[in-house]
Amino acid sequence: MVGSSFTDLIFFIFVMSSETSLVNQPCFQLENLGVSYGPHQAVAGVFMEIPRGKVTAFIGPSGCGKSTVLRALNRMNDLIEGCSISGKALFDGQDLYAPFVDPVEVRRRIGMVFQKPNPFPKSIYENIAFGAKVNGYKGDMDFLVESSLRKAALWDETKDKLHASGYALSGGQQQRLCIARAIAIEPEVILMDEPCSALDPISTLKIEELMHDLKKSYSIVIVTHNMQQAVRVSDMTGFFNVEAQHFNDRKIGCLVEFSSTEAIFNAPRCQATQDYVSGRFC
Amino acid sequence: MVSSARSSGSVDSLRFQRASLRYSPHLLRNRWNRILSFFTGLAATFAVLPLVLLLSYVLIKGGSLLSLGLLTELPPPPGLDGGGIANAIIGTLIVTLIACLISIPVGIGGGIFLSEYSSQGWFSHFVRFGTNVLAGVPSIICGVFVYGLIVSTRVFWGQSYSAFAGGVALSVLMLPTVIKTTDEALKLVPQELRWGAFGVGASHFVTITRIVLPAALTPIATGVVLAIARAAGETAPLIFTALFSPFWPEGLLQPVATMSVLIFNFAIMPYDAQISLAWAASFVLVIMILGANLFARWLARLSQI
Repeated sequence: MVGSSFTDLIFFIFVMSSETSLVNQPCFQLENLGVSYGPHQAVAGVFMEIPRGKVTAFIGPSGCGKSTVLRALNRMNDLIEGCSISGKALFDGQDLYAPFVDPVEVRRRIGMVFQKPNPFPKSIYENIAFGAKVNGYKGDMDFLVESSLRKAALWDETKDKLHASGYALSGGQQQRLCIARAIAIEPEVILMDEPCSALDPISTLKIEELMHDLKKSYSIVIVTHNMQQAVRVSDMTGFFNVEAQHFNDRKIGCLVEFSSTEAIFNAPRCQATQDYVSGRFC
Repeated sequence: MVSSARSSGSVDSLRFQRASLRYSPHLLRNRWNRILSFFTGLAATFAVLPLVLLLSYVLIKGGSLLSLGLLTELPPPPGLDGGGIANAIIGTLIVTLIACLISIPVGIGGGIFLSEYSSQGWFSHFVRFGTNVLAGVPSIICGVFVYGLIVSTRVFWGQSYSAFAGGVALSVLMLPTVIKTTDEALKLVPQELRWGAFGVGASHFVTITRIVLPAALTPIATGVVLAIARAAGETAPLIFTALFSPFWPEGLLQPVATMSVLIFNFAIMPYDAQISLAWAASFVLVIMILGANLFARWLARLSQI
């Protein structure tokens, strides 16, 4: 009797601890991640724990591999010829590059928004319905389209022209349509690769407000060249830099510092980070 | 002092002469401009001259013979008047249709493989190179090849010359055009569109069939129509495959009359009725091919809107 209650207690503690560990478990764990395009190593030695339910920003100069790392998180790099991965990328503790993993399933759970707005050449309605249909959604499509557009703050502008082409929208609206398309399939994470770089400041502001709303239900990882944007939207920031390898002149990207956004911008540990965030580039 | 030195210096040290802004027709560069624009314009005129002359000649010679009988009757036996080319019109449609049924699925499938599925390794390079070579093979050699492959061996139910053999010969001619236009059209589809589809969890198959192919449909259709227009007018591959027949088409495995072979046969006959039928057939064939080209242009316009 005593023994059984004791095992119950142990079991209870075990369940509790496993649940809390799932909540506290980072969304992504990168362990010595490296990406090469053909023979050329683009990024190497990235160790990172990207937290759940937060906005994580990647900043750094061009060519430092932040977009490459971002694309490695949902296996988008598979689509690039000759791209190979070393090290590990764990999502919810599961290796994304294990041989049995289906990349299509990975991308259903980890959505992506690209630098250039890329709506499909279909109507606004179809743009959102497409992802839902290929994911086997059987429910009320009208409701899904409306709620996705509402979440992306695009409903009021498009409710009267749902069957117009997605190309008829402005650049900022197209990008919000792409975000609506991504959240329509209810991913766990949204990756954003410089989502505002092709947009005007007003559209940028709208998308940043949108990110604040979205982080209540999704983990977001964003690549940005705009440091003010990183400060405004992100909780965590990773600073990437290019370093010349000592044995040859090849430039290679690496993660210099990863910490809370406040720490990166106010009290960085590395000189390179300090120089970059204060605008002194060598 | 400094500013005056700088301003006078900038005037003195001018390396180029400042001429008047007024256009002068006597300057050497302007003369050369006029000479070159005259000669290139002349060359362009000569380039379209054959087309204009050919069209007007065929229109004058053949257009006057156009009648309902021409489109509904069989050609007359040698020595008799009247008659039409109805069997050849139907024959051309049959042979071209067979060619389409073979070359469109194979060509579009091959183009999709090259652009979407292949890893750009030696195999796809080999196929692309082979396609270019095939496009340059003279049409008569396609005819001889199909003659050797199908007609002389009688592989299909013991039949030798047949509409089917003619269709196969034309499909060999159409294939490179269809593959190349499909490949090129798919390459023009922006990569971001594919990423977008993959990003919402679409499989490779769904991405190609639902996003990439619809986006490239117009240029593919244009290429297919141009390939059809090209094949429908070919004579050489049909002479030893579809042969000719003065009667109505009797089946896919029988020799069949086609317009191009009819023109070839009748134009050299010593009978006026046959010669005028050859002109009339030329007229109808040119109009059909012109129509197909206009249709292709109209298709191409669709995507720009």
